[in-house]
Amino acid sequence: MEELYRIEDLSKSFGNKKVLQNINLKIFTGEIFAFMGPSGVGKTTMLRLLNLLEMPTTGKLIFNGNDNAILQKNNVMRRMSMLFQRPAIFNTSVFNNVAYGLVIRRVDKKTIEKKVIDALAIVGLAGCENQKALTLSGGEAQRMAFARAIVFKPDVLLLDEPTANLDPANVAKIEEIIRKIRSELSTTIIMASHNIYQVRRLADRVGILLNGELIEVNTKEQMFTNPNDARSYAFINGEFIY
Amino acid sequence: MSTADFLVQGIIKAFELIFSLNPYIMSITGVSIRVSGTATLLATLTAIPLAFAISFVHFRGKQALITLVNTGMGLPPVFVGLFVFLMIVPVGPFGFLNIVYTKEAMILAQYILITPIITGISLAAIKAVPKLIIETVYTLGGTEKDAAFATLREARFGIITAVLAGLGRALAEVGAILIVGGNIARTGSVGGIGEGLSETRTLTTAITSETSKGDISTSIALGIILISLVLSVNILANYFQRRD
Repeated sequence: MEELYRIEDLSKSFGNKKVLQNINLKIFTGEIFAFMGPSGVGKTTMLRLLNLLEMPTTGKLIFNGNDNAILQKNNVMRRMSMLFQRPAIFNTSVFNNVAYGLVIRRVDKKTIEKKVIDALAIVGLAGCENQKALTLSGGEAQRMAFARAIVFKPDVLLLDEPTANLDPANVAKIEEIIRKIRSELSTTIIMASHNIYQVRRLADRVGILLNGELIEVNTKEQMFTNPNDARSYAFINGEFIY
Repeated sequence: MSTADFLVQGIIKAFELIFSLNPYIMSITGVSIRVSGTATLLATLTAIPLAFAISFVHFRGKQALITLVNTGMGLPPVFVGLFVFLMIVPVGPFGFLNIVYTKEAMILAQYILITPIITGISLAAIKAVPKLIIETVYTLGGTEKDAAFATLREARFGIITAVLAGLGRALAEVGAILIVGGNIARTGSVGGIGEGLSETRTLTTAITSETSKGDISTSIALGIILISLVLSVNILANYFQRRD
């Protein structure tokens, strides 16, 4: 597989607080990579760095072989999309919400219409185009956010706890959507989750973050059956005390 | 004549003046709308970019500017009137503009009064837009300009409310425009009441002069129009607040 991200000795601090330290990692095109770990270990910050919403304090972030990705922030960001735990909804219709990424890319109206309808069909919201987005339920809003994130076919989709606070039915729907996006659009998906079972169902490779350090990166199979690090084993088996 | 009869007769005559489109009353209403409308338009053109600059741009003196805006929201109109008057009188620093006792001077005074109001309320509306909305714009590939437009769109009802609050304040203002405008009407009389057509006489300043002259029905007519205008602006403002 082709290398999409290369992270070398990356650290991130906010003031005196070190959130991430000495991260070294490669992420490959087309895979689903999951950062796993308890709350507050730096998973969200890691995703924000990969989305270039934050800049590393030290170290390198190389995207698609482009080692000055940081300098070309905006062009690179246009190839990515990120979903937050709670989606931000624009105070307008579902159609306008989903169309946003295409509108700012100056795509023509006819194409926008077709792509929005296709994206809404993928997330199971066909026919909701004219509904006010603020009237959607939590699960529907998250699915609309998925449609908005994938409508312009990003190379990378970053998901920050995409099913937190959702009921089991919506969790199942969202997971189905993630699988569909990967198989139909070949999008590289990087997610952060503390839900071990969800990571097991979706990810190809897993990285475990503890106290700002990436303690182990492994294939899902290896990570869940025979992890290299004792702390990984403890976390996966619910024995980790934090 | 009892007080009640006096009031009833005043109100009946006031409605007659309004519905007959009395030229004196109409010219005063026209000046009020023109002056306050222009001041609001100019203040809006200043206040909204200013509110966005304060919200999005980092610059030195930003905190001082916010303090200035907050102070400006409570400026006493007579003080503003006096200040503008001293600036534009022939011996003042801007005396060369030759605008004392003109509509331009009244627009200037109202502009100074309402720009901080529109800026302050717009600033609050912009600040109320969740940070996540702006970050979502960036995550979808938007630029800083896109983020500013998205914020404008999200805060639109609050900003419209700010503009309407400014317009309402301008329409109801009396102290500043009385000082710089002089409450001037042409000589003579039109429609059998008051004086000639209004030059710098507005609904508020005319009410003060007509009441002091004892022409209560004309004052009531002007008051009804003023209240209707301010009420309409407030109904609109409430409508947009509810939509927010």
